[in-house]
Amino acid sequence: MDPFTTLTATCVVLPADNVDTDQIIPARFLKTTERRGLGAHLFADWRYDENGEPRADFILNRPEARTAEILVAGRNFGCGSSREHAPWALMDFGFRAVVSTEFADIFRNNALKIGLLPVTLTPAMHERLVALVTAAPGTRLTLDLSAQTATLPIGVTERFPIDAFAKHCLLHGVDQLGFLLQAEAAISDYERSHRSRVCTR
Amino acid sequence: MKGRPRTLVDKIWDDHVVRPEAEGVPVVLYVDLHLVHEVTSPQAFAELRARGLGVRRPDLTLATMDHSTPTTPRRSAALPVVDTQAVAQLAQLARNCDDFGILLFELGSERQGIVHVIGPEQGLTQPGMTIVCGDSHTSTHGAFGALAFGIGTSEVAHVLATQSLLQSKPKSMEVRIDGQLPRGVTAKDVILALIARIGIGGGTGHTFEYSGSAIRALGMEERMTICNMSIEAGARAGLIAPDETTYEYLAGRPFAPAGSAWDDAVGAWRQLPSDDDAVYDRRVQLDAAQLAPMITYGTNPAMAIAIDERVPDPAETRDASRRAELEKALRYMALEPGQPLLGRPVDVVFIGSCTNSRISDLRLAAGIVRGRRVAPGVRMLVVPGSQQVKRQAESEGLHRVFTEAGAEWREAGCSMCIAMNGDQLAPGQSAVSTSNRNFEGRQGKGGRTFLASPLTAAATAVTGVITDARTLV
Ligand code: SF4
Repeated sequence: MDPFTTLTATCVVLPADNVDTDQIIPARFLKTTERRGLGAHLFADWRYDENGEPRADFILNRPEARTAEILVAGRNFGCGSSREHAPWALMDFGFRAVVSTEFADIFRNNALKIGLLPVTLTPAMHERLVALVTAAPGTRLTLDLSAQTATLPIGVTERFPIDAFAKHCLLHGVDQLGFLLQAEAAISDYERSHRSRVCTR
Repeated sequence: MKGRPRTLVDKIWDDHVVRPEAEGVPVVLYVDLHLVHEVTSPQAFAELRARGLGVRRPDLTLATMDHSTPTTPRRSAALPVVDTQAVAQLAQLARNCDDFGILLFELGSERQGIVHVIGPEQGLTQPGMTIVCGDSHTSTHGAFGALAFGIGTSEVAHVLATQSLLQSKPKSMEVRIDGQLPRGVTAKDVILALIARIGIGGGTGHTFEYSGSAIRALGMEERMTICNMSIEAGARAGLIAPDETTYEYLAGRPFAPAGSAWDDAVGAWRQLPSDDDAVYDRRVQLDAAQLAPMITYGTNPAMAIAIDERVPDPAETRDASRRAELEKALRYMALEPGQPLLGRPVDVVFIGSCTNSRISDLRLAAGIVRGRRVAPGVRMLVVPGSQQVKRQAESEGLHRVFTEAGAEWREAGCSMCIAMNGDQLAPGQSAVSTSNRNFEGRQGKGGRTFLASPLTAAATAVTGVITDARTLV
């Protein structure tokens, strides 16, 4: 995983609440055995019409989306299925962070594992950001993970919460599997002192 | 000295801590059982290979094929798989299980089925366990008093390699349901009512523990239906403390303990229920006697009403974003504000999914369909959750009830719940479905899903319009 320290980038707003992972990446694209290439199908059913042509009015088809690295989404983003394909598709499209007032648990965990930063803002700050970006597409937001701050171009800053360990891993690009493998001795101890409850063999 | 009172989740959690939380590093939590399916695992196995790692405990791992498998009636040993990508994905799972020594219930196996149906029916799902799977409906297994939750593919790799996860403990929420369910009101209606009450994000950050006399009165399959949909309220897990109903269900199952090991296990399981004075972070209560058959009208599972209610009017919603969401949902569903759902024609009825594809669900549906015919122009699919459920249903003659009525009797799998295998709605079609998600396009691009119980689904199939099953019996 690449480290995430600070990011100043343009935003696009997807104002809907409760965006589920079936919208982010519809199930028919889950037959891949790869992590890459899903960006082409991100929000496929909202992005393309019946003939597979891009819908001009959908935000990701607008010119400013091409360089945007921050998605500003509505409340409870990423609910539904546990598919990690959702954050993969967002990253593959070019996003490095998603901003909302609330994330579904599994989506947030999955995003953090692959270096996509979920930023939870207060409704007031979120509203200001949405208003700014809507009025001036191309508005840039600055995210400083170390300080846990989100700063609007008008100078307004808010601190956002993040789990301490996830923050550490993102800042230093820590490989969590590698980290967990270092707990080998403790895991072996646990296995010696606890009998397996089932056996599939 | 008497210890601090603990909840069921506290007890399971404490019992699985490999290394406690320290210096900002979350708990290393041990996993007793890891369930694997074809869709969320290939990239995890690839990760293992790239790092030269093995599967630490193949003996605590079980794989099945369910999501993209065909369910068309089997005429020969080989079923045609829908497309080349699905073929490749299934072949990859078979190769991964072979290479890493994992038991696989593959297509054609007598034990194959939906991952959340086979765990319990094989007796692998047991009280007090930690169970994970790369699938959000892993919450189903909580019906046995197990801490069971969905994980992403990165975490699937973590569990394959270490049998452990880095986890922070979720908050707790008691969902207490007392009283007696009225006639015609099922477990599916209970969980839809709960989700409608607390909202699709109402359980975020929490595990549910269901309690109360209405829950105690339910059989295991009904309890699974309730725990299954905990995730639709945002809770990763939903648990029900084990009791005699649980033990009775488990006794004699292939992977359940036997002989003196059984007695030891039951002895340990009896210690699991939450202590009387245990404290929960939140509590919510429902009165079972007040519940009615439920149906969804919108594009998430919280958009649900009693079947004889009318579709809500967005104009009556104060909150602007909620209003916009509701308007969008009604547009997608082609519904008018204030419209009744009863009497609305449907094209398809789907009975299946890890929510409602077990034998008791099929019996309920067959009870309605028996002696009747599927309405002209309606397609009814009945997809058992596992090959074992299918065999049981056939031994009871249920398959004939369905086929003689004009319904399709299918092989086991996820089928039209997720529409990855070719079973899907056409754009603009409506379905009453016993599955768990009515998101836009979930059952096929442009398809419109009304989630309901097997009773409501079967009643709708025979009339061709959304029907209150209580008016048929
Ligand atoms: S039946 Fe549906 S919800 Fe259940 S595991 Fe299969 S796809 Fe997921």
